[in-house]
Amino acid sequence: MTKRELIQKTGFTLLAMCMAANIVFLGLIIFFIASKGLSIISWEFLTQAPVDAMTRGGIAPAIVGTLYLTLGAVLIALPLGAACAIYLTEYSPKGWTVNLIRISVNNLAGVPSVVFGLFGLAIFVKKAGFGVSMLSGSLTLGILALPVIISASQEALIAVPQSIREASLALGATRWETIRRVVLPAALPGILTGVILSVGRVAGETAPILFTAAAFYMKGYPDSVLSEVMALPYHIYALMTEGTHPEIQTQIAYGSSLVLLALVLSVSMLAIFIRQRYRRGYNA
Amino acid sequence: MHSASKERGAADFLLSGNGVKSAPGLFGEAENSCIEPKISARGVNFYYGPKRALKDINMDFSPRLITAIIGPSGCGKSTFIRLLNRMNELVPGTRLEGEILLDGLDIVAPVCDVAELRKRVGMVFQKPNPFPKSIFENVAYGLEINGSLARRAIEEKVEDSLKKAALWDEVKDRLRESALGLSGGQQQRLCIARCLAVEPEVILFDEPCASLDPISTAKIEELILTLKKTYTIVIVTHNMQQAARVSDRTAFFLMGELIEYGGTGMIFKAPHDRRTEDYITGRFG
Repeated sequence: MTKRELIQKTGFTLLAMCMAANIVFLGLIIFFIASKGLSIISWEFLTQAPVDAMTRGGIAPAIVGTLYLTLGAVLIALPLGAACAIYLTEYSPKGWTVNLIRISVNNLAGVPSVVFGLFGLAIFVKKAGFGVSMLSGSLTLGILALPVIISASQEALIAVPQSIREASLALGATRWETIRRVVLPAALPGILTGVILSVGRVAGETAPILFTAAAFYMKGYPDSVLSEVMALPYHIYALMTEGTHPEIQTQIAYGSSLVLLALVLSVSMLAIFIRQRYRRGYNA
Repeated sequence: MHSASKERGAADFLLSGNGVKSAPGLFGEAENSCIEPKISARGVNFYYGPKRALKDINMDFSPRLITAIIGPSGCGKSTFIRLLNRMNELVPGTRLEGEILLDGLDIVAPVCDVAELRKRVGMVFQKPNPFPKSIFENVAYGLEINGSLARRAIEEKVEDSLKKAALWDEVKDRLRESALGLSGGQQQRLCIARCLAVEPEVILFDEPCASLDPISTAKIEELILTLKKTYTIVIVTHNMQQAARVSDRTAFFLMGELIEYGGTGMIFKAPHDRRTEDYITGRFG
């Protein structure tokens, strides 16, 4: 073996080891949560509300609440973020203003989530008068998700080749028709990647909903966007920090974690499935 | 526009021609000299920022003829052809002086609807650029954005356009498959079909065979020759044999200037300008 081959082999081996380390950590997390939480999972656990000071019963309201909050956040952030990205990449004149906005958006992604929570409390809960509610929580989480969706959408739009924009314009399409019928469909898989990433983040966030949406305990399901809502991350936090039966509560917390993990993965899978469907049409 | 350096060649041409003493360097085919030009460029200067890319171009394109524009890389030939359907507007920091007339009307004027212009003046690009959609959708696109046709009419038009582009037999059984699965040559013919579907009057070809193999190139050239019956065609090409094979007239651009413009036979056999001759004989470029 020559020296160059040896260097190449060493390099690839190192890369493979790093990759394996990632898989190991991911596997460990799933194994750890599953081993502690799997025993408590039952049909009742998934479909019933908690009873007896959250020592028995299930976590259904928290599952539903997290689904609602995540869905609400995506519904708010996706159109807003995609529109912002379209404006920035397709319409606005290139220059320092756009760069400044882009930098600001990226900085927004670095703001700690508890700060978003305080912002949501001040603006949506108090100023706008939505109170502690699903609406306030979804808006707060939506803002949290915005930078991720904007960046991913911008990348996706920039990746659409200029040549097919020109092809559309040369056929007599307006810029708007070109964006709607050619550019957006081609960028959709990339935009959905942003959605997947943000769903993972939004569903698992505790701090932003702490002051804006989360209820410690609810008997049933929220009946309007203005009602408080239970959510899995906050439920887990509450189980671990409050109450009088830590041993059973810990087990429920692990069970809830497992459910949250499964929930995020299945929502991601759905988005991946949609993305694949679109990709298939576009890359033969 | 022409120098005296090639006097003998010019004289040969004039003597061997059909006896009509048209001005040397102008159109070689006398029969067309009285037809109204389809497109006229008048005193066109074009700037990328401070850089002047085109210098005082005056040029007429006659209907139902193929005009080739040749010249070395960076001579402004692509820049010029992209002015004819206003594609250069997409490039920020550019400026145009002069006028470009389509059937006598100024297409640069603010009142000119650029989308309408581009329906009348279609374009086929250097690299095949099909949409990432099905073969059918690619051709139907231009019809759908115009929005007035019924489904059945669109289907007929798509078939008709694909036949005109000599692609129908190869794709008729897979119209719903992605256009990106076609070969480069097929993709380029698809782009031509897509362009034909909106029924343009002028078709601009910007080095349409630059990325194709010789067989695909031959097919495209054959196709361009059949299209000549219906359309006014302008083709920019790097390939001088191609210009000689397909065009009726040839213009030679150098460093943003129109050096010589005339009948293709004359440009290739008896150019008036030393620089044209040098380029054609391969002494530079």
